Amino acid sequence: MIREIGKYFIFLGHLFTNRESFKTYYKLVLEESITIGIGSVLLVALVSTFMGAVTTVQTAANMVSALIPDYVISQVVREMTILELAPTIIAVIYAGKVGSSMSGQLGTMKITEQVDALEVMGINSISYLVLPKIIASMLMYPMLVIIAGVCALMGGYLAGTIADIITPNDYVYGIRFSFNDFFVTFALIKSVVFAFLVASISSFKGYYTHGGALEVGVSSTQAVTNSVIAVLVADYLLAQLLLG
Amino acid sequence: MIKFEHISKSFADRQVLNDVSGVLEKGKPNLIIGASGTGKSVLLKCLVGLVRPDSGHVYYDDRDFYNADRDQVIEIRREIGMLFQGGALFDSKNVEQNVRFPLDILTKMPYDEKQDRVNFCLKRVGLENVNKKMPSEISGGMKKRVGIARAIVNNPKYLYCDEPNSGLDPQTSIVIDELIDELSEEFDMTTVIVTHDMNSVMGIGEKILFIYKGKKLWEGTKNDITHSGVKELDDFVFANKVMNSLRGK
Repeated sequence: MIREIGKYFIFLGHLFTNRESFKTYYKLVLEESITIGIGSVLLVALVSTFMGAVTTVQTAANMVSALIPDYVISQVVREMTILELAPTIIAVIYAGKVGSSMSGQLGTMKITEQVDALEVMGINSISYLVLPKIIASMLMYPMLVIIAGVCALMGGYLAGTIADIITPNDYVYGIRFSFNDFFVTFALIKSVVFAFLVASISSFKGYYTHGGALEVGVSSTQAVTNSVIAVLVADYLLAQLLLG
Repeated sequence: MIKFEHISKSFADRQVLNDVSGVLEKGKPNLIIGASGTGKSVLLKCLVGLVRPDSGHVYYDDRDFYNADRDQVIEIRREIGMLFQGGALFDSKNVEQNVRFPLDILTKMPYDEKQDRVNFCLKRVGLENVNKKMPSEISGGMKKRVGIARAIVNNPKYLYCDEPNSGLDPQTSIVIDELIDELSEEFDMTTVIVTHDMNSVMGIGEKILFIYKGKKLWEGTKNDITHSGVKELDDFVFANKVMNSLRGK
């Protein structure tokens, strides 16, 4: 394991050596951003809308005391969404969708000698293939988290008002009540770190694939598993560091 | 000219190459032959720098590849074109983009000039009207031709071909061999071909290196391969039924 971690850091070091022109990266980052960002919007919006809706219904179900005002429901939904659901749970889904795709793509390129073809041309394949993915991920994932947050709060609003759990006014009041804007900053810091971890770990796993189609599948699975573990550890460390 | 000296390479406790040396000449195809698993592909990878040998030197026109600084290694690599066994075309790019790729990345050529060069190379390998096709839409033989076009597009000084005939029918194999032979002469490249195809050996084997169990056992031309006096080489050459039928003649 220590060997693997060391290899990962050497891999990260290669990202910044013998790079190509800025123009080359600009195009690649743009292409990756479209694949990563636009391609994930629908899934993220769908998942987060339902997450918000379910959180509202379940929070309301647990509010058994008449002394607790209704707007607390949306306050709880807001804190859960901003602090955990939007950045972290979506990161798990992001690892499953984008991480496995990155790993599969690089793994296939590796076993079909496309990576070797780049190396023979004198191109640093790690920098050329992986750096744009990491930059695009760090640019797009925070945007997905913002979309997820908005959709979750909207989902909560819809579920709460349609099922008559909470009035629209109470919901909006709860969303705005004692709002700490640092939590949004915190969520965005987390999203950048998670995006880096998912993209770099998935690329690392894909890049070092050896063998055939079976190994590409194994790499993709490992990419998702390792990314999720890294995200959860980073989540705890960041919470301790920035909120503790 | 490419010269390699005392190349050795082991993977774990298995020695794949054992003190292999040789000279690969300019303007003609140099064939590295041997049975599967003898280390010829590893030797090729050591020559292009995809696998670092445990010991030994590789010289590209007197430039020591493994002792050169990073810039010189990149400079040498940019003088190399390589045809991979499966073509190694980029799946996400069409034929034209694949061939243009080295020019896009490694040169500052204007777009029209690049396009002319791409069309010239595709025409030279006998491919026309396939510019916009994706690699998944073309046949194995066409993939090899596109691979050759991509390998020569940047005017390389050294051309490497790893099993150029694998997966091709005998007729297409001959066409590919002849194409590589013609291109070597036309562009004055040092061409290195790794193969175990006896048709290629007898067709374009101007210079042949026979590798057996990680060692170079024999060096010569197609004219003297049948009477080398090396048992291992005879076993390899006459394993082919056609060659065997000609043995006594």
